[in-house]
Order: sequence, then C-alpha cells, then structure tokens
Amino acid sequence: MKDTLNIGQPVIEAKGLNLVFQTGDGPVHALRDVNLTIGKGEFVSFIGPSGCGKTTFLRCIAALEHPAGVTLTVNGMTPDQARQSRAYGYVFQAAGLYPWRTIAGNVKLPLEIMGFSKADQEARVRKVLELVELSGFGAKYPWQLSGGMQQRASIARALAFDADILLMDEPFGALDEIVRDRLNEELLKLWARTGKTIGFVTHSIPEAVYLSTKIVVMSPRPGRITDIIDSPLPRERPLDIRDSKAFIDIAHRVREGLRAGHGDD
Amino acid sequence: MTERALPILTVLAAIVALWYAGAVWLNSTWVYDQAQRAGTSVTLAEVIPQTMSQARPLLPPPHQVAAELWKGVAGQKVTSKRSLVYHGYVTFRGTMMGFALGIVLGVGLALAIVRYRVMELSVMPWAIISQTIPIVALAPMILTVANQIGVDNREVPKAIIAAYLSFFPVLVSMVKGLRAPDAMQLDLLRTYGASDAQIFRKLRLPASMPYFFASLKVAVAAALIGTIVGELPTGAIEGLGARMLIGSQFGEPLIMWAALFAAAILAGGLILLVGLIERLARARMGAPA
Amino acid sequence: MIWLVGAVGFWLAAWAVNAQIAASPLGQRRGGRVLVAALFGVTVLVLWEGLVRGFAVSPVILPGPSIIGPKIAGNLGTLWADFVQTVVKGALSGFAIGAVAAFVTAIAIDRSPFLQKGLLPIGNFVSALPIVGLAPVLVMWFGFDWQSKAAVVVVMVFFPLLVNMVAGLQATDRLSRDLMATWSASYWQALFKLRLPAAMPFVFNGLKIAATLALIGAIVAEFFGSPIVGMGFRISTEVGRLGLDMVWAEIAVAALAGSALYGVIALIESWVTFWHPSQRK
Repeated sequence: MKDTLNIGQPVIEAKGLNLVFQTGDGPVHALRDVNLTIGKGEFVSFIGPSGCGKTTFLRCIAALEHPAGVTLTVNGMTPDQARQSRAYGYVFQAAGLYPWRTIAGNVKLPLEIMGFSKADQEARVRKVLELVELSGFGAKYPWQLSGGMQQRASIARALAFDADILLMDEPFGALDEIVRDRLNEELLKLWARTGKTIGFVTHSIPEAVYLSTKIVVMSPRPGRITDIIDSPLPRERPLDIRDSKAFIDIAHRVREGLRAGHGDD
Repeated sequence: MTERALPILTVLAAIVALWYAGAVWLNSTWVYDQAQRAGTSVTLAEVIPQTMSQARPLLPPPHQVAAELWKGVAGQKVTSKRSLVYHGYVTFRGTMMGFALGIVLGVGLALAIVRYRVMELSVMPWAIISQTIPIVALAPMILTVANQIGVDNREVPKAIIAAYLSFFPVLVSMVKGLRAPDAMQLDLLRTYGASDAQIFRKLRLPASMPYFFASLKVAVAAALIGTIVGELPTGAIEGLGARMLIGSQFGEPLIMWAALFAAAILAGGLILLVGLIERLARARMGAPA
Repeated sequence: MIWLVGAVGFWLAAWAVNAQIAASPLGQRRGGRVLVAALFGVTVLVLWEGLVRGFAVSPVILPGPSIIGPKIAGNLGTLWADFVQTVVKGALSGFAIGAVAAFVTAIAIDRSPFLQKGLLPIGNFVSALPIVGLAPVLVMWFGFDWQSKAAVVVVMVFFPLLVNMVAGLQATDRLSRDLMATWSASYWQALFKLRLPAAMPFVFNGLKIAATLALIGAIVAEFFGSPIVGMGFRISTEVGRLGLDMVWAEIAVAALAGSALYGVIALIESWVTFWHPSQRK
C-alpha cells in the first residue's frame, strides 16, 4: 500500500524563512533563513537544544506564529489557508485533554467544532481510538488514565479529522523511557498504516533516528538549520534496529551536528 | 505605569459621568414636583443646575459628596462629633481590635487544628458553618447582651463582630500554610533527627508565612465590614456606621454619602497598609517581590 | 452546681469519644467525620445549656437551647413568613439578578482587554469595601419592601462575582487555546467549549462568597426600614423588647438558611466541576 503513495511530492516548503520576536531585551532571531522541503509521507524529526527554533518552526507551519512575508507554503497554500482546510493535526508536549470531557468527548471536540455530522463523529471516534489502542477507554475521564494513555488519546484527537499532516511537538517528552519506546513503536506502525506526513520535534537523538526518514538538526542564536540527514534505514523498523551499525552511524552524525552548532557556548 | 493607569482612569471617568447622569435623572423629579406645585414649568436646561445642589438629593452628585467629605474632614476640629476624622478613628480603632482578635483566634485555632486531628474533625466544619451564618443577625444581640452584662463600652462587642468575620480567612490560610511543606521536606528534617518542635519552628512556621500575610488583606477588609455592621444597629452614636445610620434616619443623604466614602477611603488605606506590611515581610524573608 | 458539673462532664466525655473516633480508622471515613462534627455540635449545645443553668444566667441575657427550641416550635408561622420575606424575596432574588448581571458583564468585557484592565482593579477594590453601607441609600430609592433588599444584595454580590468570573475566563492555559486555534475554532466555539467550562471552579468560588453576602445584605437592609415582616425587622424589634429567645430563634433560621444555601451551591458545584482536582473522588 505504502509503495503506491506518491512519496516525495512536496507538502511543506520553507524558503528563506525568518522570524524575529520583539522582547524586552531587544529583537531575538528565533528563525533565520530556514530552507526546507518536506515530501508527502515523510517522517521528519527536528532536533536541537532548547532555543534553536524547532518548536517555533512547527508553530509557523501550523499558523500559530506568523512570520513576515509568505515564505512558507503548506499544500501549496499559506499556513492560515491550510488550517482552514484542516490540513494538519497538532499534538502538543502535554496531552491537553479537557478534564470535563471523557476521552471520547475529547477526541470528538475538534469534530464538533468543524461541524461533522453526529453519526460521522461517532464513527470517527471509534476508529481513531482503535488506531491508538484505546478502545474501551472512551467513557473514562482523562485523569483516570496514565500519562502515556493520555498522550495516545491526544494523538487520536489529532487524527480524528483525518488531516494529511501530523505535527508533533515533543509529544513523548514527559514520559519515561519504557513508555516512550512503546509509543515510538506504535507511532511508526500508525504512520505506516495511515501514510501521513509527520513533523516531529524531539530532544532525543535515539528517538529522532529511530523514527525519521529525515532528520533536521538545528542550533540556537539565531535559530537555524545546521544539517539535514536523509536516513538510509528501511521503513520497517524493529526496536533492535537501534543496535545496528547504520543506526549508530546516523546517531553519531546527528551528535556531531549538534556539537558543531553548540560551538559558541 | 501609564499603561496600567489609563484603563483604570478611563473606567473611573465613565463611573463619574454615569453618576452625574444618574444624579440629574433621580434628582430632577424633585425639581419638577416643586415647579408643578408652584404652577410653573421648567425647561431641561433649568432643571440640570437645580439637580446639582439640593439639600436632600436622592443621589448627590460627586462634587457635593466631595464637598461634604471635605467639610467633615477639614472643616471641623478632629474632636468634634461632626468630624469624620473622629468617627473614622473610632471605626479604625474597632477594626484594629477586631483584626488583632481575629488574627489571634485564627492562628490559635490553626495551630490546634494542624496539631490535633480531633480538633480538625470537630472544629473545622463548624468554623465553615459559622461563616454561613449572617453575622449581622448576631450584631444587635451581641450589643444588647454586652450592655446587659454591664459593658457600656461599645468597643468590645464591635471587636467581637469584627473578629468573627476576620478570623476565618486567617484560619484557612494558616492551616494551608502550616501544611504546605511536602513529605520530602519533612523527611529531610527527620533524617537530621529533628523533633516535632524543631520541625515546626524551622519548617512549618516559615513555610506558612506567605499564606499568613496573604490572608491579612482579606481579614482586614472583613474586620472593617464587621465593625461598621456593629455600628449600624440603633443606639450607636460613634463611628462611620453610626453616621450612615444617622444620615438615613434624619433624612440627610449627604451625611450618609460622606460617611460611606470615608469608609471606602479607610478601607483603601487599610488594604494599602496591610499590603505594605506584606511586601516588607516578604522582602525580609527573601521572597521574590 | 450539678448542671455545671454535668455539662463539663459531658464535654470531657464527648471529647474523649471524639478523640477515639479521630484516631481510629472510622475517622478517615465520611461517616466518622460527620459523627465527630455532629458530636461537637451537640456538646456545644449541652455546654451552653449547662452553663446558662449553672450560673443562673437571666434569659434576658442568654436564653438556653431549652428555651429557644420551644420558641422555634411555637412560632413556625412567623419564622416562615420572615424567612420568605428576607431570604426568598430579598436575598435569593437579588442573588439571582446579581449573578446574571455579573455573568453578562464578564462576557461583555471579555473581548476588551482595556475594559478588563480598568474594571478589574476597581472591582477588586470595591469587593473589599463595606458596600453594606449603601443599604440606607437603596432603601430610600426602592422603598421599604423586599425590592430594596434585593437591590442591596445585587450591589453586594455583583463585584465579587464579576472579579471571579473574569479571572475564570482567563484561566485557560496557552496550550488549550493553541489547540482551539489549530482547529480554527470561532470565538464563541472556544468560549462555550473551552473557556466557560474552565471558568466554572472560579464561578462557584464567587457564588459561595456571594451566598453569605446575600443574606447579610438582605438582613442589614431591613435595619434601615422594612414592612412589619422579615428576619432583620424581627431581630431589631425583639432586641428592643429584650425578647432574646425570639432573636435566637431567628438566628437559628438564618444559620440554617445560610448553611442550606451554601450547601446547595456546593452540591451543584460538585456536579458541574466533578472533574476539578479538588472535587475528584
């Protein structure tokens, strides 16, 4: 199935993207001259120390930040238009589930806002809860679930309206390593099944290498891209691939990139 | 600073404008009645000035209240029975006594509640219920009973009412504050072999201080309300509450309004004062401002 | 003497029982907690009665519960009429009007940060003022009947409710608002689906404060003039006649009304904000 996907057709394109924040201490260059093309069906990780602009770049794609001048297109549209056409689902660091709604109610929330029909809402909720293996938990409240389950529910919520692009901002950052490993594995399966384009921000080198088809290494002050690595790993990735030579080589290159960007500290 | 002041000043200006409009509207009835009785008619342009300076207006315009307030503050000797400074001082004294009593009561109960579980179970629910009882229902009776037992001084019953209202915020905050240290901090002291008394002095007490000072602002406002309520029932002749009552009974709205604003100014002063104390205390304890 | 010894003896015995319950596993459970509190309440009544009889306190100064109880039973009609006049007509109607007004105002200024910046400090300040002093003015404007009492209550509850409501509407975190943005939610969608539910704990906080204020306002306003019915009216006239047993009967009703109003609000709160950490079972 995934072989029939038209991989490579550009979905997100940034050309010389700049973003400056005005702060009390003068202007801060959050992003400088960022050039990047993300193809359809790719899994792209953004890695770098805090302040390197990886989250900011994701927020630009999602039209949560507004850089001056249109130097960024999503599906050939401006980020704002892309949002209107429900081009992406966004998963934040924290699950951000509303405590007064059940898990199913939370997943249903974007569908209500976007005006899906009642029957369609129910069907979609059932489908995505199954996809993240939370069937049977729909009637629970978020605080009755573990952190990992909450984050899975928030992924289900981002998938519910079937956007082509999934933007994930350190979604597993607050979870312990054991849970994180399992969710990484599940995320890869989900990606293989749905063929979505994924933008993934992380702190963790193994996580980036394990998940991605493309790794974007960034560095701070000003936020910029220092290296783009196309992963030679196959799309089918068992957990023990992390002991392979290829994996270690890529991890090494990422680490080198991070260290080079950090040279001025 | 201007960024914060501008919206506040705008809203204040709007309130004053509304107030003037309300004064014209409410007081014009009297002007029209007078005109009708005299058999003459008046135009709106003639009415407006006459609504600004009546002796017994339904709603005195701001400048009239300000003038009355000024007369009450600066126009009398401070010992005069007509001086708002004098009455304000009486109210202030009552408030401070009730405030002090409330603090002692609140802190004392909090200490007992944190120390003894049986106190928490017995007293805490009733402390909460005590606040749902409208204190004012008790006020006249406390005054009469105090009188019966031979306490002529109105200060004591007033202070009791004020303390009744102000002890609760102190109690709640102190209980919260004394319980603020978490298990890890407590365990740390236990690894040093600290006694309960030491844990209390070195950890619980300092940890409760921010809560304590934060509760004082609420408590002092409550004490003032209690004092004024204590001055309201019949028979009181001293204090801002009594001035309001006198103004109401003798149909002198200006006296009433002046007393009301004097009370507001007193409240503002007390809150500022307590806020200042809080800030000083926090600075001494090294908390970020 | 026997009364004194008996009362103190009962006190000590009840205290010992309470200490036992508090230390036992029963003290951790809801039933045990209610039992301890109830026993403490009964102890206060017994101690009160014992002291009054033991010291032979004149009923003009402090009547004991054994006098007040029959007084309540014998005057249910009067007490009910006073309750309806003061609590139902005065306090509750004013409470409802004030709550709706505060709610509408908070929504109205929600889209204007300028107005919020201006109104909030003023609202906070006014909340701390002895607003009850406005009672004579409002009695002058609205007459002696319950309308003026309701007006006093409206003014008293408005600002605490407004301040809590506005604070509640600002209580959502950035993440939740960003989520709404990624779904292109409209202002009203975000308001109804996110911000209003998130504001509810604050709203109920305000309602609880306002409930107490409402009763105070309604009773105080009656001191400044009322028809010949109402709790404040009864209290001030009976105090004048030294009929303290009737005053205590009214206080008992006021306490019951205050606790009931508070209890009802707390109950609704536990339904509406069941999800809040302080309410989770």
